[in-house]
Amino acid sequence: MNKARSKPVNALAMHGALILYTLIALFPVFIILINSFKSRRAIFREPMALPDAESFSLIGYQTVLKQGDFLLYFQNSMIVTVGSLFFILLFGAMAAYALSEYRFRGNTLMALYLALGIMIPIRIGTVAILEMMVATGLVNTLWALILVYTAQGLPLAVFILSEFMRQVSDDLKNAGRIDGLSEYTIFFRLVLPLVRPAMATVAVFNMIPIWNDLWFPLILAPAEETKTLTLGSQVFIGQFVTDWNAVLSALSMAILPVLVLYVIFSRQLIRGITSGAVK
Amino acid sequence: MADRPRIRWHILVFLAPAVLVYSAVMIFPLFNTLRLALYTEVERERVFVGLENFRTLFFDPVWAEQFWNALGNNFWFFLIHMAVQNPIGIALAALLSHKRLRFAALYRSAIFIPTILSFVIVGFAWKLILSPIWGIAPSMLDAVGLKSLFAPWLGREGSALTTLALVSVWQFVGIPMMLIYAALLSIPEEILEAGEVDGITGTAAFWKIKLPLILPSIGIISILTFVGNFNAFDLIYAAQGALAGPDFATDILGTFMYRTFFGFQLQLGDPHMGSAIAGAMFAIILVGVCLYLFGIQTRMRRYQL
Repeated sequence: MNKARSKPVNALAMHGALILYTLIALFPVFIILINSFKSRRAIFREPMALPDAESFSLIGYQTVLKQGDFLLYFQNSMIVTVGSLFFILLFGAMAAYALSEYRFRGNTLMALYLALGIMIPIRIGTVAILEMMVATGLVNTLWALILVYTAQGLPLAVFILSEFMRQVSDDLKNAGRIDGLSEYTIFFRLVLPLVRPAMATVAVFNMIPIWNDLWFPLILAPAEETKTLTLGSQVFIGQFVTDWNAVLSALSMAILPVLVLYVIFSRQLIRGITSGAVK
Repeated sequence: MADRPRIRWHILVFLAPAVLVYSAVMIFPLFNTLRLALYTEVERERVFVGLENFRTLFFDPVWAEQFWNALGNNFWFFLIHMAVQNPIGIALAALLSHKRLRFAALYRSAIFIPTILSFVIVGFAWKLILSPIWGIAPSMLDAVGLKSLFAPWLGREGSALTTLALVSVWQFVGIPMMLIYAALLSIPEEILEAGEVDGITGTAAFWKIKLPLILPSIGIISILTFVGNFNAFDLIYAAQGALAGPDFATDILGTFMYRTFFGFQLQLGDPHMGSAIAGAMFAIILVGVCLYLFGIQTRMRRYQL
């Protein structure tokens, strides 16, 4: 009896706590978004109000589009993210296959060597990375960023993918070998399609940190033509600090692509995390 | 011909790209940076000076003050994460993993949103919200009758670092939440039912059954937080700039290294001192990871589920 009565109260308290925290999590984003559509006066007079017919204004967005080259920044971010993901997945899957499929001398050692990078942040080596990029003329190119992010993403990718590749049935691969397929064909035609879910998990894990990174764009590719969206908005906002319309609009424009990506991939991301891919 | 084992070229081909990129862009620069920390520049020549840079960093009055300040701030930053982020994450996960809770997926997705935003967005958004000019924070506090509590937290030396740490907590609480949530879901039903038979339900079940079982995940979260915090940079830089104001009150190792290595305003960049700071960061992270791997992880009891 007692137990039965306390249940609805419990559920109510739980929902209350969760709703409260959800509000805390979403409130700042919401405030930024609504105020980006308001006139300067309305931003200050009624910061919490939704934009209405009177206070609605796109002046901030106009400034942003006129002054900042956000389309270019967006394109750069796209190229860097997609390029890095491509190489992380391709090279990572190949290495993971070699480590999980074949027995050879140094196998364990090689796996350990590649796993080192999971815990050690690549930023520690920044000074030498910059020196190397300057020496090879890659500084202020998107290639510099793609290379760095590929190196940064590989350790975890190899680790996760080799776990999954161990589960691919040996019979299938051996059947391929009996049919005379080369090791390369077996990998690309038989194994890769089977580990696609794991590849998607790795891709989603890497996508957000790469897209959001500020450190390497700032150091390796700060030129106007190679700015990523994150760096571009940082610099833009720094220049327009006093123009609240422009700042709020620039923030909103930086939020939007990530939010869209999240809506598309959130199921994959959450499944990836909760399936224990990072154990 | 068949006597000698032939080289299996395909293994080499499969391994080569990953190993090459990883070695060339990550491992080699890492060691090269540690090597550069042992040099200095005298009249445009690179000169080997041994551990001189580290001596300067730890004991020279000007450098040491900045270094210990950044290190101390970094530890405070980490402590706030451990004390606030991880307990909130665990609590949220415990609520979410409750059976028969409706809208769990919705809450989960919404609470994770800050985690996907970039530091630039998070830093500036909170800077605006906490700004005394705009008045969002004071008017919200006013609504609950606490207006007197408001202060320009980000602008004060005493509170700026804690405020930024809490902003970072706000951003990253989704990660411990998700990992603990996954761990809680993997606890077999039979164990909880056995507990119920013995009369252990609700909160008691959490403390006595679930918490011991998710300890390994809490360990992983702690080390992830540690590594993440000790190479943090972006949030401080986005919110307070490279000078990590007010008066270096929010300076952490990442911003200190950036300033030293790149130079800022009147200070010239010094890659060798920058490398020395990177070396110190490397040592701290290494010690943390080793403590976790050999000290905590091996001793932690793992229950066979």
